[in-house]
Amino acid sequence: MDLYEYQGKELLRQYGIETLEGIVAASPEEARAAAEKLGGPVAVKAQVLTGGRGKAGGIKVAEEPEDVAEAARQILGMEIRGHKVRRVLVEAGAEIESEMYLSIMVDRAAKKSLILFSTEGGIDIEEVAEQNPDAIVRIYIDPLLGLLPYEVRELTFAAGLEGDIAKGVGKTLNNLYEAFVEGDASLVEINPLVSTKDGHVLALDAKVTVDNSSLFRHEDIAELHDVDVADPEEQRALEAGLQYVKLDGDVGILGNGAGLVMSTLDVVAQAGGEPANFCDVGGGANAEKIATALDIVASNQQVKSVLFNIFGGITRGDEVARGLLAALDRSDTDLPIVVRLDGTNADEGRRILAENTPENVYTEQTMLDAAKKAVELVQDGGR
Amino acid sequence: MAILVDDETRLVVQGITGHEGRFHTGRMLESNTQIVAGVTPGRGGQDYEGVPVFNTMEEAVEETGANTSVIFVPAAFSADAIFEALDFGMQTICCITEGVPVHDMMRVANYLRVKDATLIGPNCPGVISPDKSNVSIMPVDIFIPGNVGIVSRSGTLTYQIVNELTQRGIGQSTAVGIGGDPIIGTDFIEILKKFEADPETECVVMIGEIGGNAEQLAAEYVQNEMRTPVVAYIAGFTAPEGKTMGHAGAIVSGGESTAQAKSEALEKAGIGTATNPSEVGELVTEILNHDS
Repeated sequence: MDLYEYQGKELLRQYGIETLEGIVAASPEEARAAAEKLGGPVAVKAQVLTGGRGKAGGIKVAEEPEDVAEAARQILGMEIRGHKVRRVLVEAGAEIESEMYLSIMVDRAAKKSLILFSTEGGIDIEEVAEQNPDAIVRIYIDPLLGLLPYEVRELTFAAGLEGDIAKGVGKTLNNLYEAFVEGDASLVEINPLVSTKDGHVLALDAKVTVDNSSLFRHEDIAELHDVDVADPEEQRALEAGLQYVKLDGDVGILGNGAGLVMSTLDVVAQAGGEPANFCDVGGGANAEKIATALDIVASNQQVKSVLFNIFGGITRGDEVARGLLAALDRSDTDLPIVVRLDGTNADEGRRILAENTPENVYTEQTMLDAAKKAVELVQDGGR
Repeated sequence: MAILVDDETRLVVQGITGHEGRFHTGRMLESNTQIVAGVTPGRGGQDYEGVPVFNTMEEAVEETGANTSVIFVPAAFSADAIFEALDFGMQTICCITEGVPVHDMMRVANYLRVKDATLIGPNCPGVISPDKSNVSIMPVDIFIPGNVGIVSRSGTLTYQIVNELTQRGIGQSTAVGIGGDPIIGTDFIEILKKFEADPETECVVMIGEIGGNAEQLAAEYVQNEMRTPVVAYIAGFTAPEGKTMGHAGAIVSGGESTAQAKSEALEKAGIGTATNPSEVGELVTEILNHDS
């Protein structure tokens, strides 16, 4: 789960990391009030769960409350990489001396936490990584030992830091590591981490991703889940225990198991079609769950045909067939549906389907044939 | 021969009295797996389907000589169950549980480095050596014994591919579902090494998907170290690109996590890569015919 900048900063502050004073605003009037309260020049920053807002014009600096309100008016409602801006963070100014980069992430291959640090922070950090990889210090941390003092020194020396900045960065790193572990984050990133003329080290931005699997022990963070920005169908699927991701094509796809559904998307694309979604209905043959999944897939107006790819494992093919028929009964979709059933007791399942299927349902034996049929049905006009 | 589980497997089920534990214990018993013990704290002294239940792994191992464990305990307690299994000498541990926090798994994975044990999973379907031992939640009926090893990050996709093989009369030595989580106990390479050392395994099917770079690392190993032929399949070419916050991921991995990048690395290493599950069956058939 991704946190907004203002939420991420709140978490960092709990662990002693310094940030600038800021106030969240959802309207130009609130932004004006925030500016009056903070005084002096402020930054108005779009709150979106994506990167690249600076380049998209989502950050503006203004001094007079009237100008701050105008900046907020321009930013609120803006679309940044498909994310609508609903709130801005109005933040006090600072006299910046240098911009650095600091992050900690879970490294899959090393199975350790990886710290990245650079004195060349800012929006072009990926370019720095590519053109001057030596400018980025990398340190792997064994989670059983935690971050050791020598590792902090190693980082500050390797980066050539001295004096107050070295101390400030070291302290920030210790605090950030604590936030990363205790907050069950898979990523914490501060870009830029700045040093100010008066010797402070501050987090000017915060990107925090919390491991979804850990939310059971972080009720406070789980509550931050922003249902407003989720696609309504994706939200409905989530509540029904389904995995659903909307895509741009016209062939609706359902199946059991993430790997099999991904593979089905690929096979449809190979057959010349365009998948309209990813939908994993999981194991079992619960008619209600399958019916909900069908309704969600069919509610996408772009969908012209549906491919249902099921592999009967522990849940046998005949049970799946009965569940599917019950689901079709409940669902009122008239879309053409191609069903491909394989696995344990698949013959029996196919027989049950063949004897009972409504007109709009076609059965196929292999994934490839099913994909071809679903694509053909789109070309024939679908619904 | 087979890898990880076989006739010598003496299994303990951790979380045997829970809903999942009970259901799959029944199925594993039906496929003649030697289940010697179950563990559920507070339920010691009971039995389930004739399997004695103990309070702790220590007791279970002392009383029954178990050497392998399978874990069905809830995600919040899974890491603890794995540590307990490791501390009482389990050689192979399959953690079926889904949703184990990634920080828990990082601690487990680093503890594993100092232990002489193999952890499969979490969030995996387990391991099956057809007709020998079933330490899994996989549907046994689709498997037949034979000489093809399977290693996979996915569940149902594995069943699909196994089914393709079985329908062609091609049996399996062992099928290992290593799990799809970001941090897992055992990656492709360690399983490939075991298959390479297994005289019974004549060909290996490796099933990957988007995310991480485990397939690339495996490709390098196959090219440099393996004599057993490998057939690969990668799912997720049309998967939407995950939205990523921040730059850290890009700095570390570049574009390595896409299906395209993985499949290119595999092909470059000379590994036959199928474009769909049926083609896996065809490629394996070709290899086995060519060899015999």
